[in-house]
Amino acid sequence: MSASPQAHANTANSHSTAAAPTVVSRAALIAELARVLPADCLITDTGRLRAYECDGLMLMREMPLAVALPTTEAQVVAVLRTCHRLGVPVVPRGAGTGLSGGATPHKNGLVLSTARMNRIVSVDRLAQQAVVQPGVRNLAVSEAAAPHGLYYAPDPSSQIACSIGGNVAENSGGVHCLKYGLTVHNVLRVRMVSMAGDVMEVGSAAPDSPGYDLLAVTIGSEGLLGVVTEVTVKLMPRPRVARCVLAAFDDVRRAGQAVADIIAAGIIPAGLEMMDQATTVAVEAFVHAGYPLDAAAILLCEADGTAEEVEDEIARVRTLLDAAGATEIRVSDGEAERLRFWAGRKAAFPAAGRISPDYYCMDGTIPRRKLADMLEAMNAMSDKYGLRCLNVFHAGDGNLHPLILFDSNDADSLHRAEAFGVEILELSVALGGTITGEHGVGLEKINQMCVQFAPDELDLFHRVKAAFDPAGLMNPGKAVPTLHRCAEMGRMHVHHGELPHPDLPRF
Amino acid sequence: MTHPFHSTLRELVLDASTRGRTLRPHGSGSKDFLAQQLAGAPLDMRGAQGVIAYEPSELYITAHAGTRVADIETLLAGRQQMLAFEPPHFGPGVTVGGMVASGLSGPRRMAAGSLRDFVLGVTVMDGQGRVLQFGGQVMKNVAGFDVSRLIAGSFGTLGLILDVTLKVLPLPQAEQTRMLELDDALALLRLREWGAQPLPISATCWHGGRLHVRLSGAQVALDAAAPLIGGEAVDAVEAAALWRSVRNHTHAFFDGDAPLWRVALPPTAPHLALDGDCLTEWNGLQRWLRSDTDADALRHVVGALGGHATLFRGGRTVDRALGVFEPLKPEVMAVSQRLKQAFDPSGVFSPGRLYPEL
Ligand SMILES: Cc1cc2nc3c(=O)[nH]c(=O)nc-3n(C[C@H](O)[C@H](O)[C@H](O)COP(=O)(O)OP(=O)(O)OC[C@H]3O[C@@H](n4cnc5c(N)ncnc54)[C@H](O)[C@@H]3O)c2cc1C
Ligand SMILES: Cc1cc2nc3c(=O)[nH]c(=O)nc-3n(C[C@H](O)[C@H](O)[C@H](O)COP(=O)(O)OP(=O)(O)OC[C@H]3O[C@@H](n4cnc5c(N)ncnc54)[C@H](O)[C@@H]3O)c2cc1C
Repeated sequence: MSASPQAHANTANSHSTAAAPTVVSRAALIAELARVLPADCLITDTGRLRAYECDGLMLMREMPLAVALPTTEAQVVAVLRTCHRLGVPVVPRGAGTGLSGGATPHKNGLVLSTARMNRIVSVDRLAQQAVVQPGVRNLAVSEAAAPHGLYYAPDPSSQIACSIGGNVAENSGGVHCLKYGLTVHNVLRVRMVSMAGDVMEVGSAAPDSPGYDLLAVTIGSEGLLGVVTEVTVKLMPRPRVARCVLAAFDDVRRAGQAVADIIAAGIIPAGLEMMDQATTVAVEAFVHAGYPLDAAAILLCEADGTAEEVEDEIARVRTLLDAAGATEIRVSDGEAERLRFWAGRKAAFPAAGRISPDYYCMDGTIPRRKLADMLEAMNAMSDKYGLRCLNVFHAGDGNLHPLILFDSNDADSLHRAEAFGVEILELSVALGGTITGEHGVGLEKINQMCVQFAPDELDLFHRVKAAFDPAGLMNPGKAVPTLHRCAEMGRMHVHHGELPHPDLPRF
Repeated sequence: MTHPFHSTLRELVLDASTRGRTLRPHGSGSKDFLAQQLAGAPLDMRGAQGVIAYEPSELYITAHAGTRVADIETLLAGRQQMLAFEPPHFGPGVTVGGMVASGLSGPRRMAAGSLRDFVLGVTVMDGQGRVLQFGGQVMKNVAGFDVSRLIAGSFGTLGLILDVTLKVLPLPQAEQTRMLELDDALALLRLREWGAQPLPISATCWHGGRLHVRLSGAQVALDAAAPLIGGEAVDAVEAAALWRSVRNHTHAFFDGDAPLWRVALPPTAPHLALDGDCLTEWNGLQRWLRSDTDADALRHVVGALGGHATLFRGGRTVDRALGVFEPLKPEVMAVSQRLKQAFDPSGVFSPGRLYPEL
């Protein structure tokens, strides 16, 4: 299971941004909510509340005062108005698969789950759009669109479980986002309810909307601005054919160079993923994808389009991989083989769970050309901390998912895993990248925000939040650290790849 | 990336802020026509020019705001790359800052995405003279709110854009334009039907009974798609000139004084029952209308279809008090006003450019 070792250092609610909310009695809150919600939409007993204690970041836990499960937007409005009036913080929650603690409860707050708002409102083939409620699962959208030859492009590995509302909040990506974009490129309109209970629509079914692009700032806002109650997504025509190339390399640098060569040649593959040897070995034992186990790195490169286009692209990719020194190249023959190539990549998380009691998934993004440097640095860190690490990359866009293996029952191992993770994130920033490519900051990476952003920039983030939520009650304490916290941590802000002492060796 | 010009800007901003004066950032001024009001002392943002970083294999380019878009496009073309949203050039000197601040996209928008989809990062100076950097040079970055994309299309009302990082894409291997003679209702039906299929359509333009469709991609893909589209192939030079004229508004449709409306509509909106000549782009989603129709009546028709209308160029006769940009819903205006306050607390930048309230 994925878990953050940082939990022992920070309890979930030590980061509140706004003034500390007035603490209302739990009984008073429940009594007020009972007036606006049917009894079966309100969870108050401790046993059932336990299920909401954490999201996918399992070591960070907190018990909420209660959980509301509204079934309509009108109920969302009523719940938010009530909490706003009482000064009670609200934590929105989708499916709870988030990996950064964005949906971790607030100890004086309510969790508002959208799980029961799970209706697909409409699928329009000619408009290539679908309107869905926030609790609809990501994969359910593509399933509903499939009879029309359409699909929803962003495909996080968690797609069977994660909700569209959560995807909007995290700006989630998937293995195909190099060519088809992230959530921000595929969501057209969002309806949301502010903390004060006002309903607002941002974006539209038309290609743009008047005024500021509030949709852009809503996507990826980690539930800090409002509760999403309806989403219009763009659907794409399903490509006629997809084929995948698997290439093995005896050296990670050569694999990294091959990635750069493919992009430089003007090819934007539908997917371009890389796995190191430790990962290949771990997943092979699990899914028997037939990966070459002696390779230092494996690349998976997918082409999609018409049969003619795919054939053309595969031929060009093959030539480039050959020239880059691939030791073996296989091209999928048929859908079964293509899925087998991907099976291993998609099973990286469960494979890690199989060989280690706990793993910690990192999410930095770096410029593509630094991939090999980063891998070598992480190998050195692995030795330094005495912990194994499996490396899977969305290589096409430089997004890294190192899985640090540790044992949470061993306090020292936990501590080393934490330090390892922090070092990876801070190196990502130093290399000109970011601490999070798609999993969000949440509670988990809040300290590293002090490294990536200067105090004035963090101040502006707080102002943006206040423009939507002047009371500061919507998911408070997440995503943006207080300036006070950064000062206390004494973390040095590394300004976007400009190292303070560039002459000093780093790794 | 710092530039000596930024300290000059900072002094101007702080001075304006303490004296309660206002500033109006501009590039080449090519979009001055597109404004609710032009207020504030002109502030020429061309003091910092030039490309800061260009990494073809990383698919990004970073440039100072005053850099000419034409220069960037020449540089990219040399490496077989492009700004895929095809920004319009309403004059020869269009700057990167002005391009991003106005957020406008050209013919390839429906296939490739809009300008804001390609903004990876910005450095801005806010109304307190603070230099702030958001986003970066990597494709995936969810640390903090997406301020870079909020700045796109804000028409210089939130802050001064100092530099910008844009995602770039490879030029298509091949392009071909087909022409079909169809009336507008039939053209809309065809466009919709094609849109639901995996076809390499990269631009469409209907005007005066002719539908032009541009295909982009691998030659084999174009060869396969051409018979499905039908019509006849247009000579490549002629086609390039057509798309340039639509993109830059040098097409004859845009001549003359009649008010020019830009109407953005959902995909299934029908033919507009309004008087005046129409040029339809973006698979039917962007319609240009030369019409003397009363603004309220026009916005009523468009609004009922789920779209919105901008009085792109007013002509001589039109009253700007009607609103150049579509009026905002009260709850959206309330948040927008607070956002403006957040970036520009003393209201230094381009007051009223978008709306009197901002
Ligand atoms: C095995 C595994 C694989 C994963 N793979 C990927 C991947 O490939 N790519 C990727 O990007 N992510 C991945 N994730 C992370 C996670 O699935 C995504 O972040 C997902 O979008 C979270 O959706 P959720 O419904 O579970 O949201 P939750 O975890 O419930 O919430 C996430 C955040 O969204 C907010 N939120 C949820 N619903 C709403 C709403 N209606 N309105 C406002 N705010 C809301 C919450 O407050 C919280 O801040 C993976 C997770 C797991 C466990
Ligand atoms: C369909 C269409 C039609 C057009 N028609 C015409 C036309 O007929 N004539 C014409 O001249 N132009 C026209 N334009 C506009 C245009 O040519 C551009 O799109 C161009 O990018 C403008 O750049 P500029 O440097 O000239 O910006 P400017 O016009 O100087 O500025 C545009 C906006 O950006 C802001 N701005 C500029 N630089 C900065 C900065 N560094 N920081 C913050 N804000 C900044 C300004 O305040 C202003 O709000 C049209 C555009 C479109 C899309």
